Amino acid sequence: MTGELKSGRQVVEGSYAVAHAAAMCRPDVISAYPITPQTHIVEDLSQFVADGVIDSKYINVESEFSALSALVGASAAGARTYSATTSQGLALMHEVLFNAAGMRLPIVMTIVNRSMSAPINIWNDHQDSVAERDTGWIQLYIEDAQELVDATAQAYLIAEDRDVSLPVMVCMDGFILSHVFEPVDLLNQKAVDEFLPRFEPVRVLDPDNPESFGMFVDPEYYMDFRYLVEHAMDASRSKIVDAARKFESIFGRYYGDLIDTYHTDGAEIILVAMGSLVGTLRDVVDDLREKGVSVGLLKIRAFRPFPIDEIKKVVADAKVVVVLDKNISLGTGEGAVTTEIKAGMYNSDISVPVIGFVIGLGGRDIPVTTVQRIVEKAEKVIRNGIAAESEFVDLKHSHVRV
Amino acid sequence: MKEIRIHGRGGQGSVTAAELLAIAAFEDGLYSQAFPSFGVERRGAPVMAFVRLSDQKIRLRSQVYDPDYVIVQDATLIEAVDVAGGLKADGMIIVNTEHKPRDLHLETEATVRTIDATRIALDIIGKPIMNTVMLGAFAGASREITVDSIKHAVCDRFPGAIGEKNADAVQSAYDRMVGS
Repeated sequence: MTGELKSGRQVVEGSYAVAHAAAMCRPDVISAYPITPQTHIVEDLSQFVADGVIDSKYINVESEFSALSALVGASAAGARTYSATTSQGLALMHEVLFNAAGMRLPIVMTIVNRSMSAPINIWNDHQDSVAERDTGWIQLYIEDAQELVDATAQAYLIAEDRDVSLPVMVCMDGFILSHVFEPVDLLNQKAVDEFLPRFEPVRVLDPDNPESFGMFVDPEYYMDFRYLVEHAMDASRSKIVDAARKFESIFGRYYGDLIDTYHTDGAEIILVAMGSLVGTLRDVVDDLREKGVSVGLLKIRAFRPFPIDEIKKVVADAKVVVVLDKNISLGTGEGAVTTEIKAGMYNSDISVPVIGFVIGLGGRDIPVTTVQRIVEKAEKVIRNGIAAESEFVDLKHSHVRV
Repeated sequence: MKEIRIHGRGGQGSVTAAELLAIAAFEDGLYSQAFPSFGVERRGAPVMAFVRLSDQKIRLRSQVYDPDYVIVQDATLIEAVDVAGGLKADGMIIVNTEHKPRDLHLETEATVRTIDATRIALDIIGKPIMNTVMLGAFAGASREITVDSIKHAVCDRFPGAIGEKNADAVQSAYDRMVGS
């Protein structure tokens, strides 16, 4: 190693880009467990620490449960904290995720989205983080390596805002973004320091001034604490917008805030997706628009808090909403995004049909032709009404009965 | 946009070749994207890596199905994998072999080029590591990227004498493709 971080615009691996961005945010404590599969993110960060190019405390722990527990302690003591994990590792953190949110600790963690076992599969879908949607963490789903870099810095600004004070997951597609090499503007320390002020915790664990965090409360208090987490989650909406705009004012880049839209004005068909699939969909939308298809794209950037008001505004005048879910809420027959969009519109005067497609589970590739077929189905819904509310896309094997 | 698919066996540096190609293309002023086929890494097993080059930002994230170029690092793969699958009729496939293109009997309308990259690697680098040699051959046969950018990327990745030898091998393969 050269003893210093790369700088400027260059082709780097997505994982390196994230590690670099995390380093630029000056975390006091980084904790990680080298589970298989981990990623180069925590490997690169441990290299930065070993080379002395960042002065974070790096804790190599014995499990993912410990990785997040260590950050809970560090964050409660007033440290800015970072970790990255994936699939089974995130699942092992499950109990601690609730604690981090309930204790209102602004931990930032990158989730490299991968499927859940069984069967064992290390490839991408969103099941791991979608399954943690009720833990009280803000969740951002990111489209490309540059947005990952930029959203990492934004995540700290959102998390540490005193009206929010909640942990944030920055979710990136495993392999598709973690292992891609593409051009990235790496963040400049001076600009990040201008964007992201030092962490000023509201309260800290201090032996000289003892306080309790996350302690026992009886029914007299518990429910009110839960209400306050929801209240903070609600407050984060405007802060996510503010962070995106502040970032744009300093760095000149913007990717949407709670959502982003692409050619949705007047579109009859609106595709909805999260993560790297959004990039592919942008190409498909351009292609189909040239052929006269009235199609647009709604990217859900914040899945928690769920941006239902923003979604309703975008889809109000559409003829069909097509949700592509890289997750399946087993027992409902559809992905979580599909369910939540339908639920969020139920008591409104919007009556646009919503159809869901479970897609890309366990790394099944999503070719352009697959998306084109989905749009053809959407056109049929406009003509003939809904035939199936939700379906699995590109099932392959004859022994699977469909 | 130009799409490239690299076929190799685990351990032959196909993923590294894809990365270096993306880095070199970026140096030439293009947008680029390189990614592996997301397999489980096993030495000797067939692997693929993909590269996209464009003068505009690349948003597409699917695997490459209809490549403009195919690079085959190991001719024994031809019997195991449909290396020419989806290759555009006006595209090109470059195979590392001592045989002539017509002797490969590839089912494709695309241009078939061959180069004995393993021999060049043995002669110049001293090891049968042909991934960088194939990049030189790609630059020479396709003219999509410059040989200098490939050499820069190679020397940057492998500092010192090993990088210099690789750069010489890249140039040799490039010259052979341009000259033939």
